[in-house]
Amino acid sequence: MHDHEHDHDHDHDHDHDHHHEHADHGHDHGPFQPDLKEPSEEWEFLEIALRELMIEKDILTAREIQQKIEEWDGKCPEIGARVVAKAWTDPAFKARLLADGNAAVGELGLEVPGLKLVVLENTPKLHHMVVCTLCSCYPRTILGLPPLWYKSREYRSRAVREPRSVLAEFGTALPVDVEVRVVDSTADCRFLVLPERPAGTDGWSEERLAAVVSRDSMIGTAVARAA
Amino acid sequence: MAGRFKPGDRVVVRADNPPGHIRTPTYLRGKRGVILRDFGLWPNPEQLAYGKPGWPRKVNYWVQFAMTDVWGGASSPGTADTVVAEIYDHWLEPDPAVPGGA
Repeated sequence: MHDHEHDHDHDHDHDHDHHHEHADHGHDHGPFQPDLKEPSEEWEFLEIALRELMIEKDILTAREIQQKIEEWDGKCPEIGARVVAKAWTDPAFKARLLADGNAAVGELGLEVPGLKLVVLENTPKLHHMVVCTLCSCYPRTILGLPPLWYKSREYRSRAVREPRSVLAEFGTALPVDVEVRVVDSTADCRFLVLPERPAGTDGWSEERLAAVVSRDSMIGTAVARAA
Repeated sequence: MAGRFKPGDRVVVRADNPPGHIRTPTYLRGKRGVILRDFGLWPNPEQLAYGKPGWPRKVNYWVQFAMTDVWGGASSPGTADTVVAEIYDHWLEPDPAVPGGA
């Protein structure tokens, strides 16, 4: 929403300046529109102050901070989708994944350092849905950074209290005889939902299957769909 | 390593409200649940949060609660929906309503 409004304003002002300069030959450059909004929240100032101090005191370099940002930008739900697609096509891998998530994803060169990866298998009678009511715990090395709604007060408070209403808002309606098991990620485990393999995908390759595994199906707010 | 509870044991979460960094969600304090899994020993996060080493380590349990036990009948009526959370050993007691304890 903010990004959209920002882009709109920016384009508008750009056009405005352009016409303005033609008329006045650059006497007045018109209202200034910053590329990024100025920091205004307390935590933004705190982050800037801390970052600048750590660089000044040679604890971190700007390059190291940039490398960390790039490292996290490289984590994405497609990594988790590969894990799910392999579990759908390789029953022995699936068994290992459910028994010991860290060891099984390690076979694919992935890791969840310092935490226990627990893989939750959805079945026709059991649907898992993950939330962190305390903050934003999420299997970040497998799914990337969590979506903003995952960290919102609304999702965190409502998921544990009225999960079916929340699921309905994600377009996910489940029969009443399916147990919705809301998994509150409160401590040292990180949870990855193994969604049910959609019907009509027999014989599909791992690669083709991975393409239908959405981020939300691995959080449990959605199911995986073949189309 | 086996903790003092095993899967299937009925427990009650301590209805306590101490200050500090607490991982036991408020909405589950005082609620009755069932042990699903034993995740083994982990450094105590209530100490880690203050730069201490987290000893003695605590067993982290996966505890399951019926939605209706947590929120009353208005939540998920007519379903067997549940919520599960990771809760450390020192926040759990055997359910006194079960004969012979846990």
